[in-house]
Amino acid sequence: MEQQQIISSLHEKFKNEIVSIDETSDILTFTVIKQAVTDVILFLKEELGFQFLTDLCGIHYPDQELALGVVYHLHNLPENKRIRVKTFTSVNNPEIQTLTEIFSAANWMERETYDFFGIIFIGHPNLIRILNVEYLDYFPLRKEYPLEDQTRKDKDDRFFGR
Amino acid sequence: MENIHLGKEHILVRPEDYDKNFSTLNLGPTHPATHGIFQNILTMNGETIVDTEQTIGYIHRAFEKLAERRAFYQITTLTDRMNYCSSPINNIGWQTTVEKLLGVQTNKRIDYMRIIIMELARISDHLVCNSVIGVDSGALTGFVYVFQEREKIYEIYEEICGARLTTNLGRIGGFERDFTPSVIKKIREFIANLPKVITQFENLLLRNRIFMDRTINVGGISAERALNYGFTGPCLRAAGVDYDVRAMNPYSSYNDFDFTIPVGTNGDTYDRFCVRQEEIWQSIKLVKNALENLPEGNFHMEVPEFYLPDKQDVYSKMESLIWHFKIVMGEVEVPVGEVYHSVEGGNGELGFYLVSDGGRTPYRLHFRRPCFVYYQAFPEMVRGSFLSDAILTMSSMNVIAGELDA
Repeated sequence: MEQQQIISSLHEKFKNEIVSIDETSDILTFTVIKQAVTDVILFLKEELGFQFLTDLCGIHYPDQELALGVVYHLHNLPENKRIRVKTFTSVNNPEIQTLTEIFSAANWMERETYDFFGIIFIGHPNLIRILNVEYLDYFPLRKEYPLEDQTRKDKDDRFFGR
Repeated sequence: MENIHLGKEHILVRPEDYDKNFSTLNLGPTHPATHGIFQNILTMNGETIVDTEQTIGYIHRAFEKLAERRAFYQITTLTDRMNYCSSPINNIGWQTTVEKLLGVQTNKRIDYMRIIIMELARISDHLVCNSVIGVDSGALTGFVYVFQEREKIYEIYEEICGARLTTNLGRIGGFERDFTPSVIKKIREFIANLPKVITQFENLLLRNRIFMDRTINVGGISAERALNYGFTGPCLRAAGVDYDVRAMNPYSSYNDFDFTIPVGTNGDTYDRFCVRQEEIWQSIKLVKNALENLPEGNFHMEVPEFYLPDKQDVYSKMESLIWHFKIVMGEVEVPVGEVYHSVEGGNGELGFYLVSDGGRTPYRLHFRRPCFVYYQAFPEMVRGSFLSDAILTMSSMNVIAGELDA
């Protein structure tokens, strides 16, 4: 299946849901609105043969209005094609439909994303922290939590990037 | 007892079973049979497992957050702490990811050197995993045989980079130094001797009645479920799916070589054992071929922004001094972009999702750790089986705590 074919069949089905298409990246990338993400992925799985969920992870862009994102990597094994689907949500309402009904693999990946970014996956069977301790009261991979202890006065890191 | 069915399509604790006398068994976090720090709380009906609840994260070290404050060359040291049984694969996987972002095309010599090291790492990974399956089924002898060979692999690492376990091997754009004649000699000797040892090891276990009884039809998973659970590597191939990143998306000139991808049929512990065993033979062939055909060339590419200049030049040439300073202080230009790159690690597809905003450090770096993805299928694989079978299933999945928790 050619790249153009994937784009046109997705475009036909989800004309209003697709926010942008990026063909310049290493993998064909779609950004879709969060309400449609399970439908898009189910369509990719059932109709276009992307039956393998390679990866699911979160990302945080604090400057955007929709700051929290989830990035899905899907793989069509027989044709060896990869596709990347992104969706974004706001920090105040970080709710996205779960993929666990479609891929069992999404279970822990979504728990990890919740653990680090606080993205709530609606319909997830067991959405609790997975790598961090239960009583952690923040989501550590969000950009507002700097790595080093900010109360320290003896270190000046201004010249060394972030 | 009669309500508990043995088999794959097993049930959870059903409401009508609530009044039954199930017992709770705590396995781990530190337990000799888990080979790593993770916990399983098993609900048992006599000797039979009704369900298990996994707890992981005991050695979580926040590598993804740490990586957001480190320059690219400093992240190599984080990656070898993931799957520490085959750390060079992690190192080289990360370096090839950065090279993909930078658009650096490495020459054949570097590629072949990388293949040699990665296949040696794969051999050591599989040797540990398979011999430990033996240990868990009560056969300690094979483990002692092959650990000597792992030691030799570690000596080769030591000769190449100076370290044994957490190797920090290679650099972005190539290697820190060329293979010395002594490295080549050590690899040759190792590869010449290894088939004898592997044959000895296989004679002990492969057709051993006790071992076969303990492993066949234990912890099986169907190909369909395995794909749904995101299995990769030997565990997926044991279920009958011939997905191997080395063949599907060849990196590092793997397409120059002829090797077969073994597949199993049942996806059970015995198949996983056999697939790993056959992969060792394939790796031996790959190392041999790569070493014989090792082309001439430089052992690193000209990537002045990332590859540290020769120390002698730093002292004598202004430009080298500038580059040295820039690299160490993290002043180099990094292109904006995002890449996903994966290599075939010891346990399967080891992926790196790297988002760069042009800053000194990655904006976001996500590791796709194969163990983490497929270990969640463990409850489904052991429901209805005996505790001793669950131990074997776990060791045949080769769950490495460092990779699990990142």
